[in-house]
Amino acid sequence: MASPAFEEIAETFEFLEDWEERYRHVIDLGKAMDPLEDAVKVPATKVDGCASQVWILPQIEGEGRAAVFRFRGDSDAMIVRGLIAVLHALYDGLSVDEVLKVDAGGELARLGLNDHLSSQRSNGLRAMVERIRLLAAEKASS
Amino acid sequence: MTYDIDKIRADFPILSRQVNGKPLVYLDNGASAQKPQVVIDAVTQAYSMEYANVHRGLHYLSNLATEKYEGVRGTIARFLGVKNEEEIVFTSGATEGINLVAYGWAMPRMQAGDEIVLTIAEHHANIVPWHFLRERQGVVLKWVEVDAKGDLDPQAMIDAIGPKTKLVAMSHMSNVLGTVFDVKPVIEAAHAKGVPVLLDGSQAAVHMPLDLDDLGADFYAVTGHKLYGPSGSGAIHIKAERMSEMRPFIGGGDMIREVHRDRVIYNDPPMMFEAGTPGIVQQIGLGVALDYMMGVGMQNIAAHEARLRDYASTRLAGLNWLNVQGTSARKGAIFSFTLEGAAHAHDISTVLDKKGVAVRAGQHCTGPLMAHLGLNATCRASFGMYNTEGEVDVLIEALELCHELFA
Repeated sequence: MASPAFEEIAETFEFLEDWEERYRHVIDLGKAMDPLEDAVKVPATKVDGCASQVWILPQIEGEGRAAVFRFRGDSDAMIVRGLIAVLHALYDGLSVDEVLKVDAGGELARLGLNDHLSSQRSNGLRAMVERIRLLAAEKASS
Repeated sequence: MTYDIDKIRADFPILSRQVNGKPLVYLDNGASAQKPQVVIDAVTQAYSMEYANVHRGLHYLSNLATEKYEGVRGTIARFLGVKNEEEIVFTSGATEGINLVAYGWAMPRMQAGDEIVLTIAEHHANIVPWHFLRERQGVVLKWVEVDAKGDLDPQAMIDAIGPKTKLVAMSHMSNVLGTVFDVKPVIEAAHAKGVPVLLDGSQAAVHMPLDLDDLGADFYAVTGHKLYGPSGSGAIHIKAERMSEMRPFIGGGDMIREVHRDRVIYNDPPMMFEAGTPGIVQQIGLGVALDYMMGVGMQNIAAHEARLRDYASTRLAGLNWLNVQGTSARKGAIFSFTLEGAAHAHDISTVLDKKGVAVRAGQHCTGPLMAHLGLNATCRASFGMYNTEGEVDVLIEALELCHELFA
């Protein structure tokens, strides 16, 4: 179900032995991602429920359930930027129908990052996944 | 006298646990402190064998609970250096204490255009209650800024006190900068102008011996959970003269003498300000916590923490990619910092957490100070009576890893 981009990350993670190596890789993924322009860092794209600032800019092409879900994201925290890059690999380019079928918890567990999904964690990964699913659901029912 | 740090650490059971596979290094004491076994035992004992409501029944347990609970008023008075224990009002924490002053003392006597002088370094608990007065009755908030070192010039506070000033409300010790403000000259000058002073002692009371009768502030709020006591415990010292000027804040049982259809007669202070069933067991626990601190000796705790401050200051100064906020000579062992470069405070605290180091990251409930410093967020390592120089070393090592990861 997961995209080739995500599979590539998952394969890399298999070789990373401890949290330090995994964090290092997540941070690098974030660094490699294009930052969002300030003009689109507006309330409509901001994701609440994150301790740091997070923005998700949807760029959905097409209509209905077959519409292609694309997005860009950014954060002022480096680990969170990296987590957004992971979500980008997981979701970007899927149809909105497929987006809704992704088991984010299961996929992130493969990277050992699923503890970030707990609602008590304030880094907002859960809030970001919820925003992505909401955007896809809105499109699917349009 | 030697400070038996091993014995003290052994008194706090949580300090022996691990976090993320590493020994816990608890440096979030500014947010809340851990509890010694004697406090935990006292809470268990109170609930197990000595619990009933206070001030109400005439039965054995009610009397016992009342005796234990009321005894804490005297312990708090002793801890704060207050002779008259009737000047101690039990609260759920400093926030309730300051709100009590806002509603009970300030609101009925302030009009549009009257001023409250504050420092820019206040915690939201000593800001938002005054914003209520600004919003509802047009009271003006006058802010006095700290300098680049995090020092507050007492004269700047004094100069800000004008003919319309009705109250000075300031922290005794900044929860972000660590500066212990020079409050005595401010209190003396304010009193000379007939202006009462409220001090937020949430941080200061934890780290130094206090003699409030000598200090002379009209209101001094403390919170129990930072004083190694239970959450939901606390007190405010209010001078008898101010207390007599106050109207009650929260209405209900226990704060009244008689209630009729058309009138109510209030209890005498301090009980007039303690409505409803209070935090009985929390306050009993706080009494034990304060006795524990006094047993170790506030002077000894202050000396230990001064050593920690000096050691941590030196080690942190060695990290030339780290910016510490507040370098005052009057600084206590509270260090707020940012890393140069793109790393966010939450990035740093996430990595420190993986190393077992608990710090706080964010605004620390000090929006105006953060804006003044031009910062979105900082990490804060705040030390307590049980921290060690070895823990400073663990912090430094973890910060070096952050520097490497986020560079």
